[in-house]
Amino acid sequence: MNNWFSRFLTSSLGKKLLMALTGLFLILFLVVHLSGNLQLLKNDGGRSFNIYAEFMSTNILIQTISKLNFTFILLHVLLSLYLTIQNRRARGSERYAVTSGKSSIWASRNMGVLGTLVLIFIVVHLRHFYGEMHFGSVPTVNYDGKEVRDLASVVDYWFSKDWYVALYVFSMGALGFHLWHGFVSAFQTLGLNHPKYNGLIFFVGKTFSVVVPALFAWIPIAMYFNI
Amino acid sequence: MKLTLKIWRQKGPHVKGEFKTYVHEHVSPDMSFLEMLDVLNTELIKKGEEPIHFDHDCREGICGMCSLYINGRPHGPLQTTTCQLHMRSFKDGETITIEPWRAKPFPVIKDLVVDRSAFDRIQQSGGYISVNTGGAPDANEIPIPKKIADEAMDAATCIGCGACVAACKNASAMLFVAAKVSQLALLPQGHPERKERVERMVAQMDAEGFGACTNTRACEAECPKGISVAHIARMNREYYTAMLSSYELPSKAGGE
Amino acid sequence: MTLDSKIPDGPLAEKWTRHKFNLKLVNPANKRKYDIIVVGTGLAGASAAASLAELGYNVKTFCFQDSPRRAHSIAAQGGINAAKNYQNDGDSIYRLFYDTIKGGDYRAREANVYRLAEVSVNIIDQCVAQGVPFAREYGGLLANRSFGGAQVSRTFYARGQTGQQLLLGAYAAMNRQIAAGKIKSYTRTEMLDVVLVDGKARGIITRDLVTGKIEAHSAHAVLLCTGGYSNVFYLSTNAKGSNVTAAWRAHRKGAFFGNPCFTQIHPTCIPVSGNHQSKLTLMSESLRNDGRVWVPKKPIKGLTARDAVNIPESERDYFLERRYPAFGNLVPRDVASRNAKYVCDEGRGVGPTGLAVFLDFADAIKRDGKKTIESKYGNLFDMYQQITGDNPYEVPMMIYPAVHYTMGGLWVDYNLMTTVPGLYALGEANFSDHGANRLGASALMQGLADGYFIIPYTIGDYLAGMPYEKVSTDRPEFKEAMEQVTNRLKKLLSIKGKKTVDEFHRELGMTMWDYCGMSRNEEGLKKAKKKIQELREEFWQNVNVVGSANELNMELEKANRVSDFMELAELMVDDALHRKESCGGHFREESATEDGEAKRNDNEFAYVAAWEYKGENQPEVLHKEELKFENVKLTQRSYK
Repeated sequence: MNNWFSRFLTSSLGKKLLMALTGLFLILFLVVHLSGNLQLLKNDGGRSFNIYAEFMSTNILIQTISKLNFTFILLHVLLSLYLTIQNRRARGSERYAVTSGKSSIWASRNMGVLGTLVLIFIVVHLRHFYGEMHFGSVPTVNYDGKEVRDLASVVDYWFSKDWYVALYVFSMGALGFHLWHGFVSAFQTLGLNHPKYNGLIFFVGKTFSVVVPALFAWIPIAMYFNI
Repeated sequence: MKLTLKIWRQKGPHVKGEFKTYVHEHVSPDMSFLEMLDVLNTELIKKGEEPIHFDHDCREGICGMCSLYINGRPHGPLQTTTCQLHMRSFKDGETITIEPWRAKPFPVIKDLVVDRSAFDRIQQSGGYISVNTGGAPDANEIPIPKKIADEAMDAATCIGCGACVAACKNASAMLFVAAKVSQLALLPQGHPERKERVERMVAQMDAEGFGACTNTRACEAECPKGISVAHIARMNREYYTAMLSSYELPSKAGGE
Repeated sequence: MTLDSKIPDGPLAEKWTRHKFNLKLVNPANKRKYDIIVVGTGLAGASAAASLAELGYNVKTFCFQDSPRRAHSIAAQGGINAAKNYQNDGDSIYRLFYDTIKGGDYRAREANVYRLAEVSVNIIDQCVAQGVPFAREYGGLLANRSFGGAQVSRTFYARGQTGQQLLLGAYAAMNRQIAAGKIKSYTRTEMLDVVLVDGKARGIITRDLVTGKIEAHSAHAVLLCTGGYSNVFYLSTNAKGSNVTAAWRAHRKGAFFGNPCFTQIHPTCIPVSGNHQSKLTLMSESLRNDGRVWVPKKPIKGLTARDAVNIPESERDYFLERRYPAFGNLVPRDVASRNAKYVCDEGRGVGPTGLAVFLDFADAIKRDGKKTIESKYGNLFDMYQQITGDNPYEVPMMIYPAVHYTMGGLWVDYNLMTTVPGLYALGEANFSDHGANRLGASALMQGLADGYFIIPYTIGDYLAGMPYEKVSTDRPEFKEAMEQVTNRLKKLLSIKGKKTVDEFHRELGMTMWDYCGMSRNEEGLKKAKKKIQELREEFWQNVNVVGSANELNMELEKANRVSDFMELAELMVDDALHRKESCGGHFREESATEDGEAKRNDNEFAYVAAWEYKGENQPEVLHKEELKFENVKLTQRSYK
């Protein structure tokens, strides 16, 4: 297989491009996911959240995007795994005895570790929420004559466990660091580096990486402490 | 000044190396880092021991030959070349660890000397404009905006020392390759070949076994000439455009 | 043997054109049958290798560095001259020719210099086409600056890194030919001898510096583009590896050495800081535009820059301004250098070694403000501070002259061929175009002129008369040369004496600097000759070279180079002894005007001294090539 397209995508730059594009898609997904989750903070007994969850799990279009999303996560993970192995190999068999961290930020050097933490969290929380919703038995509630699965109660259940809340908050921290580097980095990889827009990209990227994980983390905290 | 030096010693390319510790008692703050090693070497020779081999030539920061990884940083604590680093940047009694560049495409030849011919092969794959001697039009025929010329010059200041590779946790050569791609992409003279050039140079870079860029920007922070990662972004753009739109494709990607 | 410079007939401006027409050509299809060896990959070597390969010849290049890009041309800062007259200030080929002849103190060939000026314009075109990012004006056209010895702005530059950019351009052109298979590049490979077959240069012997393997390479012609020999002084602004070995080996095989004593000393270098000093760093001459050079009127031992600030005006001697009211601090390089030496000889030098003078920017900062000075010299000031630890915005700089270029080199004719048929010398390695003194921004011009625009024509004339047959490296001439090289290295390793190579080199350098440096006299030169002979003898009995010959062994490399410097040094002294006149970089104290300025003797010394090697420990024989000046009138320089 030596056509131009495969050569493009398997080159170091091509793989980086895929990392950036999948990463940016996942960033978009975070926004959608967060806007849904924030409904948990509404004081309506989980009604709007449940309606939203029902819609998300039954709508054909959303389901297609969701499958795409899974594919992208998988691609992002597998590519990063591949790149990490390749990059380690490029370093050679003998490693430096002393390395100084002064020339780059910590998050940028530890994207693999941060990504793994985020991945573990994704698996755990998929099992508890997505898995329950799609393959488990979630109790139903009746809203204006319509049977809707009560995912909010499942969330309530998990968010009352202290270890779960701690894991959630910790993972959002990892996500924050992952985004701290990843957001801006994706633009650089796409070649979008221009003095006129760098400030904006930097500001949005850094703000996003703090605000979005913080809001995600706030939900279990608020529910745990009943704020 | 008195210093303790932990220096990588390796007899040859296929011999296992190890750190050896030397106590250096005759260090003056006015010495350059390489002169400090010269003095140590004289002492070693007097004792009948083999001197420490390290690459150096111009000793004024431009030839790009010197290449020491000092206390975990290429060219040491300042953003300069090793030959321009002076001992006043260190404290009396300090322990300094000196290692060669570490990267698979830069195998150690001896002690602190590494083989950087991979860089030459990347340049050979496309880092030029194909004009024969004699056929050039008048130098002022194509005006080039000052800012473009300046930015091309920023990229062109690369001395090919390999600090970017040494600094990068992925041993990526993107900054080195991007510097040339960017210089020739900016200048109108480089335009006829810009697509083929970036395709070939990236292919060669990959074939040499350099890692991929993860945008840590360590290269930019350690580059003795301060070359910006903005050039990497430009190379990325050039590459995507080339791959998606070039007519001619290299018949053979990669080198030996 | 009589020297034939092969200068073509006809009016000056037509010589080169006529000559090109008269040169024999090699049919394009036949070029691939010829092999050419290019030793050294600086401006001259890289440009020649690329241009010859483009024509179709098979080229092999050799450099001792790990990449052709690292040759010492890369360190040239200032710029490159060309008679483009883009500034509309009255420049012309003739003016560049005239300035260069005059700057060289009338010791260069008119025809060569005119040709240099003529092709200078093509060089700029070529480099721009290669993607060399020269400085530009806002309108997009090329910028120029003025440079020492010229009253027009004709110097093209790329920041303070012109040499680097030009070399990378030539290196790129070379890379293209390497990729095309027309050049085979050997790196970390040093030429140790040239091989003659039937009186013609037919190959070289090299050492692979990594494995130590001695190899033979055969070709139809050999080009030496191996730079200058300033490192004979140990301390110079040259790269540590710069050496004379290739040129000297060629000299021993019959190539005459031209004007070996003509060395150029640059006044604005950072002074020596101690015994550990390994090289000297040059700072741009432009500093003298705003800096004032001074020493205290009365000797003060170990005066530091910090204390200098407190010395009142009345106790300072601005000696250049005092002696040369018209030119002041901007006198030419040799004059500035020599006067710095004089005040230091009087004991008025400053700094811990007493071998330095101040270059003071206090007045300039007061007059123009720190901002202006910073914008002009910011990077130089930073570099100075990094090396010395002193801040030039607050205290005066300390400077001292250092050797940085050698005008002398292998004697070549108009075709750049040495006295050995088939052996050429290009760039700083030859003696040809700068006479007794080189003007700023002319070295780059000459290197590229030789490589891009002269050798591609002239070599064809020689090759057209050569048979296609290659000579085998199995021939006895190659075997013998290989054996000699091997034995020499073995010998160096076997001495196992007490002194290191650097110690010998430093001693040699000191002798040369003291007696054959900025100012020379008969007594000193004779003393130097004796000292060099003694040192050479001691070297072969007492040098200590550790390690073996079949591995990377930088001590062995150095030892071999220093052993050649020791032979060259004596020839330089001989040349300086015989030239009983002062001209350009060569100042004989016996030949001075009443107020101590250089005095040329055109009646007796208007010739090129070409020295012929006669064998180990035999005196060399002097041949004279008379210089005829048909177009310029010889005048004495004056900067009063």
